[in-house]
Amino acid sequence: MITFWILAPIMVLAALGILFVRKAVHAALLLAVVMISLAVLYLTLQAPFLFAVQIIVYTGAILMLFLFVLMLVGVDASDSVVETIKGQRFLAILGGLLLGVVLVVGLSQMSLGAVVGLDDANANGNVSALADILFSRYVFAFEVTSALLITAALGAMVLAHRERLVPKPTQADLAAQRMQDYAASGKHPGNLPTPGVFARHNAVDTPALLPDGTASESSVSRVLAARGTVRSAPTMADDITEIEKQLGQAPHAGRDASAPATTEEEAPAT
Amino acid sequence: MTPYVVLSSILFTIGCVGVLTRRNAIVVFMCVELMLNASNLALVAFAKQHGNLDGQITAFFVMVVAAAEVVVGLAIIMTIFRTRRSASVDDASLLKY
Repeated sequence: MITFWILAPIMVLAALGILFVRKAVHAALLLAVVMISLAVLYLTLQAPFLFAVQIIVYTGAILMLFLFVLMLVGVDASDSVVETIKGQRFLAILGGLLLGVVLVVGLSQMSLGAVVGLDDANANGNVSALADILFSRYVFAFEVTSALLITAALGAMVLAHRERLVPKPTQADLAAQRMQDYAASGKHPGNLPTPGVFARHNAVDTPALLPDGTASESSVSRVLAARGTVRSAPTMADDITEIEKQLGQAPHAGRDASAPATTEEEAPAT
Repeated sequence: MTPYVVLSSILFTIGCVGVLTRRNAIVVFMCVELMLNASNLALVAFAKQHGNLDGQITAFFVMVVAAAEVVVGLAIIMTIFRTRRSASVDDASLLKY
Protein backbone atom coordinates (compact mmCIF):
# COMPACT_ATOMS: atom_id res chain seq x y z
CA MET A 1 0.00 0.00 0.00
CA ILE A 2 3.00 2.32 0.55
CA THR A 3 3.85 1.95 -3.14
CA PHE A 4 0.35 2.98 -4.02
CA TRP A 5 0.38 6.11 -1.86
CA ILE A 6 3.73 7.16 -3.31
CA LEU A 7 2.76 6.51 -6.92
CA ALA A 8 -0.84 7.70 -6.90
CA PRO A 9 -0.03 11.44 -6.43
CA ILE A 10 2.71 11.19 -9.06
CA MET A 11 0.29 9.62 -11.52
CA VAL A 12 -2.46 12.14 -10.88
CA LEU A 13 -0.03 15.05 -11.21
CA ALA A 14 1.46 13.66 -14.41
CA ALA A 15 -2.01 13.04 -15.84
CA LEU A 16 -3.06 16.59 -14.96
CA GLY A 17 0.13 17.78 -16.63
CA ILE A 18 -1.03 16.19 -19.89
CA LEU A 19 -4.01 18.56 -19.77
CA PHE A 20 -1.92 21.68 -19.25
CA VAL A 21 1.40 21.33 -21.07
CA ARG A 22 1.57 23.14 -24.38
CA LYS A 23 3.94 20.85 -26.27
CA ALA A 24 2.83 17.41 -27.37
CA VAL A 25 6.27 15.93 -26.61
CA HIS A 26 5.93 16.90 -22.96
CA ALA A 27 2.48 15.30 -22.90
CA ALA A 28 4.00 12.09 -24.28
CA LEU A 29 6.71 12.06 -21.59
CA LEU A 30 4.15 12.67 -18.84
CA LEU A 31 2.08 9.82 -20.25
CA ALA A 32 5.18 7.64 -19.99
CA VAL A 33 5.41 8.53 -16.29
CA VAL A 34 1.78 7.51 -15.80
CA MET A 35 2.25 4.25 -17.67
CA ILE A 36 5.39 3.17 -15.85
CA SER A 37 3.80 3.99 -12.48
CA LEU A 38 0.80 1.97 -13.58
CA ALA A 39 3.09 -0.96 -14.38
CA VAL A 40 4.48 -0.83 -10.83
CA LEU A 41 0.93 -0.75 -9.47
CA TYR A 42 0.20 -3.92 -11.48
CA LEU A 43 3.09 -5.52 -9.66
CA THR A 44 1.56 -4.64 -6.29
CA LEU A 45 -1.75 -6.06 -7.56
CA GLN A 46 -0.10 -9.46 -8.14
CA ALA A 47 -0.05 -9.15 -11.92
CA PRO A 48 3.63 -9.59 -12.90
CA PHE A 49 2.73 -10.59 -16.47
CA LEU A 50 0.75 -7.41 -17.03
CA PHE A 51 3.63 -5.46 -15.44
CA ALA A 52 5.95 -6.71 -18.17
CA VAL A 53 3.38 -6.26 -20.92
CA GLN A 54 2.57 -2.73 -19.75
CA ILE A 55 6.20 -1.71 -19.95
CA ILE A 56 7.02 -3.53 -23.19
CA VAL A 57 3.84 -2.90 -25.17
CA TYR A 58 2.55 0.36 -23.78
CA THR A 59 5.63 2.31 -22.77
CA GLY A 60 7.93 0.62 -25.23
CA ALA A 61 5.87 0.25 -28.39
CA ILE A 62 2.81 2.48 -28.26
CA LEU A 63 4.45 5.50 -26.68
CA MET A 64 7.44 5.26 -29.02
CA LEU A 65 4.96 5.16 -31.91
CA PHE A 66 3.46 8.37 -30.53
CA LEU A 67 6.88 10.01 -30.37
CA PHE A 68 7.67 8.76 -33.87
CA VAL A 69 4.53 10.35 -35.28
CA LEU A 70 5.22 13.54 -33.30
CA MET A 71 8.62 13.67 -34.92
CA LEU A 72 7.06 13.33 -38.38
CA VAL A 73 4.30 15.84 -37.70
CA GLY A 74 6.66 18.36 -36.12
CA VAL A 75 7.28 18.80 -32.42
CA ASP A 76 6.20 22.41 -32.35
CA ALA A 77 2.71 21.75 -33.70
CA SER A 78 1.30 23.14 -30.48
CA ASP A 79 -2.31 23.65 -29.50
CA SER A 80 -4.30 26.68 -30.49
CA VAL A 81 -6.22 28.30 -27.67
CA VAL A 82 -9.03 29.56 -29.89
CA GLU A 83 -12.39 28.07 -29.03
CA THR A 84 -14.35 26.86 -32.03
CA ILE A 85 -17.51 26.20 -30.06
CA LYS A 86 -18.36 28.92 -27.56
CA GLY A 87 -18.05 27.83 -23.93
CA GLN A 88 -16.94 24.34 -24.93
CA ARG A 89 -13.85 24.31 -22.75
CA PHE A 90 -15.72 25.54 -19.69
CA LEU A 91 -18.52 23.02 -20.18
CA ALA A 92 -16.02 20.22 -20.75
CA ILE A 93 -14.18 21.02 -17.53
CA LEU A 94 -17.48 21.32 -15.66
CA GLY A 95 -18.70 17.99 -17.03
CA GLY A 96 -15.37 16.37 -16.23
CA LEU A 97 -15.46 17.65 -12.65
CA LEU A 98 -19.01 16.41 -12.30
CA LEU A 99 -18.06 12.97 -13.61
CA GLY A 100 -15.03 12.83 -11.34
CA VAL A 101 -16.99 13.84 -8.24
CA VAL A 102 -19.78 11.38 -8.95
CA LEU A 103 -17.31 8.54 -9.57
CA VAL A 104 -15.13 9.27 -6.56
CA VAL A 105 -18.03 9.83 -4.13
CA GLY A 106 -19.90 6.81 -5.43
CA LEU A 107 -16.89 4.52 -5.32
CA SER A 108 -15.73 5.62 -1.89
CA GLN A 109 -19.17 4.88 -0.47
CA MET A 110 -19.31 1.35 -1.78
CA SER A 111 -18.01 -1.46 0.33
CA LEU A 112 -16.09 -4.16 -1.49
CA GLY A 113 -15.66 -6.61 1.35
CA ALA A 114 -12.55 -8.56 2.15
CA VAL A 115 -9.89 -8.88 -0.54
CA VAL A 116 -9.67 -12.48 -1.73
CA GLY A 117 -6.21 -12.06 -3.21
CA LEU A 118 -4.64 -13.98 -6.07
CA ASP A 119 -2.38 -16.28 -4.03
CA ASP A 120 -4.51 -19.32 -4.87
CA ALA A 121 -4.95 -18.44 -8.52
CA ASN A 122 -1.24 -17.62 -8.90
CA ALA A 123 -0.10 -20.80 -7.11
CA ASN A 124 1.67 -22.16 -10.22
CA GLY A 125 2.90 -18.77 -11.28
CA ASN A 126 0.94 -15.89 -12.76
CA VAL A 127 2.02 -16.50 -16.34
CA SER A 128 1.02 -20.16 -16.49
CA ALA A 129 -2.26 -19.43 -14.72
CA LEU A 130 -3.04 -16.72 -17.28
CA ALA A 131 -2.03 -19.06 -20.12
CA ASP A 132 -4.38 -21.76 -18.76
CA ILE A 133 -7.33 -19.40 -18.93
CA LEU A 134 -6.27 -17.69 -22.16
CA PHE A 135 -5.91 -20.94 -24.11
CA SER A 136 -9.04 -22.59 -22.76
CA ARG A 137 -11.92 -20.25 -22.02
CA TYR A 138 -10.68 -17.27 -24.08
CA VAL A 139 -9.09 -19.15 -26.95
CA PHE A 140 -11.63 -17.88 -29.50
CA ALA A 141 -11.10 -14.26 -28.43
CA PHE A 142 -7.36 -14.87 -28.63
CA GLU A 143 -7.61 -16.16 -32.19
CA VAL A 144 -9.88 -13.30 -33.21
CA THR A 145 -7.23 -10.93 -31.84
CA SER A 146 -4.83 -12.15 -34.51
CA ALA A 147 -7.35 -11.18 -37.18
CA LEU A 148 -7.64 -7.76 -35.54
CA LEU A 149 -3.88 -7.27 -35.53
CA ILE A 150 -3.56 -8.24 -39.20
CA THR A 151 -6.43 -5.92 -40.10
CA ALA A 152 -4.76 -3.08 -38.19
CA ALA A 153 -1.43 -3.66 -39.92
CA LEU A 154 -3.11 -3.77 -43.33
CA GLY A 155 -5.14 -0.66 -42.52
CA ALA A 156 -2.03 1.25 -41.53
CA MET A 157 -0.31 0.20 -44.75
CA VAL A 158 -3.30 1.25 -46.87
CA LEU A 159 -3.53 4.60 -45.09
CA ALA A 160 0.20 5.30 -45.35
CA HIS A 161 0.42 4.20 -48.98
CA ARG A 162 0.56 6.88 -51.63
CA GLU A 163 -0.07 6.04 -55.25
CA ARG A 164 2.55 7.42 -57.64
CA LEU A 165 0.71 9.72 -60.04
CA VAL A 166 3.64 10.70 -62.23
CA PRO A 167 6.56 8.49 -63.28
CA LYS A 168 9.70 8.84 -61.20
CA PRO A 169 12.12 11.32 -62.86
CA THR A 170 15.34 9.73 -63.99
CA GLN A 171 18.80 11.29 -63.71
CA ALA A 172 18.65 12.31 -67.38
CA ASP A 173 15.33 14.09 -66.75
CA LEU A 174 16.78 15.92 -63.76
CA ALA A 175 19.83 17.04 -65.73
CA ALA A 176 17.64 18.28 -68.60
CA GLN A 177 15.46 20.12 -66.09
CA ARG A 178 18.53 21.82 -64.55
CA MET A 179 19.71 23.01 -67.94
CA GLN A 180 16.21 24.26 -68.77
CA ASP A 181 16.12 26.20 -65.49
CA TYR A 182 19.49 27.70 -66.34
CA ALA A 183 18.26 28.79 -69.75
CA ALA A 184 14.99 30.16 -68.43
CA SER A 185 15.90 31.86 -65.15
CA GLY A 186 19.66 31.74 -64.97
CA LYS A 187 19.65 29.41 -61.96
CA HIS A 188 23.09 27.95 -61.47
CA PRO A 189 23.06 24.35 -62.73
CA GLY A 190 25.90 23.15 -60.50
CA ASN A 191 25.77 22.16 -56.86
CA LEU A 192 24.92 24.72 -54.18
CA PRO A 193 27.70 26.51 -52.29
CA THR A 194 28.77 24.72 -49.14
CA PRO A 195 28.26 26.37 -45.75
CA GLY A 196 31.11 27.76 -43.68
CA VAL A 197 33.01 31.06 -43.67
CA PHE A 198 36.51 30.39 -44.87
CA ALA A 199 38.58 28.64 -42.22
CA ARG A 200 37.04 30.19 -39.13
CA HIS A 201 33.68 28.40 -39.08
CA ASN A 202 32.67 25.43 -41.14
CA ALA A 203 29.53 24.55 -39.22
CA VAL A 204 26.41 23.88 -41.29
CA ASP A 205 24.59 26.80 -39.70
CA THR A 206 27.15 29.32 -40.92
CA PRO A 207 26.37 30.69 -44.35
CA ALA A 208 29.05 30.91 -46.98
CA LEU A 209 30.21 34.38 -47.91
CA LEU A 210 30.07 35.56 -51.46
CA PRO A 211 33.03 37.52 -52.87
CA ASP A 212 31.24 40.81 -52.16
CA GLY A 213 30.91 39.94 -48.47
CA THR A 214 27.22 39.10 -48.36
CA ALA A 215 25.98 35.80 -47.00
CA SER A 216 24.81 33.25 -49.56
CA GLU A 217 21.32 32.11 -48.56
CA SER A 218 21.47 29.02 -50.70
CA SER A 219 24.44 27.65 -48.77
CA VAL A 220 22.48 26.79 -45.60
CA SER A 221 19.72 24.27 -45.28
CA ARG A 222 16.17 25.55 -45.67
CA VAL A 223 15.25 23.77 -42.42
CA LEU A 224 17.82 25.75 -40.44
CA ALA A 225 16.65 28.98 -42.03
CA ALA A 226 13.03 28.18 -41.13
CA ARG A 227 14.03 27.49 -37.52
CA GLY A 228 15.94 30.75 -37.42
CA THR A 229 19.15 29.19 -36.17
CA VAL A 230 21.39 30.39 -38.97
CA ARG A 231 24.36 32.32 -37.66
CA SER A 232 24.79 35.70 -39.19
CA ALA A 233 28.04 36.46 -40.90
CA PRO A 234 28.42 40.08 -39.67
CA THR A 235 28.52 38.96 -36.00
CA MET A 236 31.48 36.81 -36.85
CA ALA A 237 33.14 39.81 -38.40
CA ASP A 238 32.51 41.58 -35.08
CA ASP A 239 34.42 38.74 -33.48
CA ILE A 240 37.33 39.41 -35.76
CA THR A 241 37.37 43.15 -35.08
CA GLU A 242 37.19 42.39 -31.34
CA ILE A 243 40.24 40.19 -31.54
CA GLU A 244 42.05 42.70 -33.68
CA LYS A 245 41.32 45.39 -31.12
CA GLN A 246 42.74 43.22 -28.38
CA LEU A 247 45.84 42.65 -30.43
CA GLY A 248 46.12 46.39 -30.83
CA GLN A 249 46.11 46.27 -34.57
CA ALA A 250 44.62 49.02 -36.54
CA PRO A 251 41.71 47.88 -38.66
CA HIS A 252 42.36 47.55 -42.31
CA ALA A 253 41.77 50.60 -44.32
CA GLY A 254 38.64 50.58 -46.43
CA ARG A 255 36.90 47.81 -44.46
CA ASP A 256 33.75 48.29 -42.45
CA ALA A 257 31.89 45.83 -40.24
CA SER A 258 29.11 45.30 -42.73
CA ALA A 259 31.48 43.78 -45.25
CA PRO A 260 33.04 40.95 -43.31
CA ALA A 261 34.26 39.00 -46.29
CA THR A 262 37.23 41.26 -46.74
CA THR A 263 38.94 39.81 -43.70
CA GLU A 264 41.53 37.88 -45.62
CA GLU A 265 45.00 38.00 -44.21
CA GLU A 266 47.32 40.36 -45.85
CA ALA A 267 49.98 38.54 -47.72
CA PRO A 268 53.15 38.56 -45.65
CA ALA A 269 55.77 40.80 -47.11
CA THR A 270 58.47 38.75 -48.64
CA MET B 1 -9.12 -2.07 -3.23
CA THR B 2 -11.19 1.13 -3.06
CA PRO B 3 -8.16 3.48 -3.41
CA TYR B 4 -7.12 1.72 -6.61
CA VAL B 5 -10.58 2.07 -8.10
CA VAL B 6 -10.79 5.72 -7.02
CA LEU B 7 -7.39 6.40 -8.63
CA SER B 8 -8.57 4.67 -11.76
CA SER B 9 -11.70 6.83 -11.89
CA ILE B 10 -9.65 10.00 -11.35
CA LEU B 11 -7.33 9.06 -14.22
CA PHE B 12 -10.35 8.25 -16.39
CA THR B 13 -11.87 11.63 -15.65
CA ILE B 14 -8.63 13.43 -16.49
CA GLY B 15 -8.43 11.54 -19.78
CA CYS B 16 -12.04 12.43 -20.51
CA VAL B 17 -11.46 16.15 -19.93
CA GLY B 18 -8.32 15.95 -22.04
CA VAL B 19 -10.20 14.48 -25.00
CA LEU B 20 -12.78 17.26 -24.74
CA THR B 21 -10.44 20.21 -24.29
CA ARG B 22 -7.21 19.53 -26.16
CA ARG B 23 -6.93 20.48 -29.84
CA ASN B 24 -3.88 18.56 -31.01
CA ALA B 25 -5.08 15.23 -32.42
CA ILE B 26 -2.06 13.37 -31.04
CA VAL B 27 -2.63 14.68 -27.51
CA VAL B 28 -6.32 13.75 -27.81
CA PHE B 29 -5.16 10.28 -28.72
CA MET B 30 -2.85 10.16 -25.70
CA CYS B 31 -5.80 11.04 -23.48
CA VAL B 32 -7.76 8.13 -24.99
CA GLU B 33 -4.82 5.90 -24.05
CA LEU B 34 -4.95 7.33 -20.54
CA MET B 35 -8.61 6.35 -20.26
CA LEU B 36 -7.85 2.82 -21.47
CA ASN B 37 -5.06 2.55 -18.91
CA ALA B 38 -7.37 3.76 -16.15
CA SER B 39 -9.93 1.10 -16.98
CA ASN B 40 -7.14 -1.49 -17.04
CA LEU B 41 -6.17 -0.50 -13.52
CA ALA B 42 -9.75 -1.04 -12.34
CA LEU B 43 -9.85 -4.43 -14.06
CA VAL B 44 -6.62 -5.60 -12.44
CA ALA B 45 -7.70 -4.26 -9.04
CA PHE B 46 -10.99 -6.16 -9.22
CA ALA B 47 -9.13 -9.28 -10.33
CA LYS B 48 -7.27 -9.18 -7.04
CA GLN B 49 -10.43 -8.28 -5.13
CA HIS B 50 -12.27 -11.36 -6.35
CA GLY B 51 -9.29 -13.70 -6.57
CA ASN B 52 -10.11 -14.31 -10.23
CA LEU B 53 -7.72 -13.94 -13.15
CA ASP B 54 -10.40 -13.05 -15.70
CA GLY B 55 -9.87 -9.36 -14.99
CA GLN B 56 -6.19 -9.66 -15.88
CA ILE B 57 -7.06 -11.48 -19.11
CA THR B 58 -9.47 -8.69 -20.01
CA ALA B 59 -6.81 -6.07 -19.28
CA PHE B 60 -4.47 -8.01 -21.56
CA PHE B 61 -7.04 -7.95 -24.37
CA VAL B 62 -7.57 -4.23 -23.81
CA MET B 63 -3.84 -3.71 -24.30
CA VAL B 64 -3.87 -5.69 -27.56
CA VAL B 65 -6.85 -3.77 -28.89
CA ALA B 66 -5.24 -0.49 -27.82
CA ALA B 67 -2.09 -1.39 -29.77
CA ALA B 68 -4.13 -2.08 -32.91
CA GLU B 69 -6.15 1.07 -32.40
CA VAL B 70 -3.05 3.24 -31.99
CA VAL B 71 -1.58 1.91 -35.22
CA VAL B 72 -4.67 2.76 -37.26
CA GLY B 73 -5.34 6.03 -35.43
CA LEU B 74 -1.85 7.37 -35.89
CA ALA B 75 -1.91 6.36 -39.55
CA ILE B 76 -5.12 8.38 -39.95
CA ILE B 77 -3.54 11.37 -38.19
CA MET B 78 -0.52 11.09 -40.49
CA THR B 79 -2.74 11.00 -43.57
CA ILE B 80 -4.73 14.03 -42.41
CA PHE B 81 -1.51 15.87 -41.62
CA ARG B 82 -0.12 15.07 -45.04
CA THR B 83 -3.11 16.51 -46.87
CA ARG B 84 -4.02 19.39 -44.55
CA ARG B 85 -0.62 20.25 -43.00
CA SER B 86 -2.20 20.39 -39.55
CA ALA B 87 -2.74 18.01 -36.64
CA SER B 88 -5.47 20.09 -35.04
CA VAL B 89 -8.84 18.42 -34.64
CA ASP B 90 -10.61 21.69 -35.41
CA ASP B 91 -9.18 21.97 -38.90
CA ALA B 92 -10.76 18.74 -40.13
CA SER B 93 -14.25 20.21 -40.45
CA LEU B 94 -15.05 19.76 -44.14
CA LEU B 95 -18.21 17.76 -43.42
CA LYS B 96 -19.64 20.70 -41.49
CA TYR B 97 -20.34 22.91 -44.48
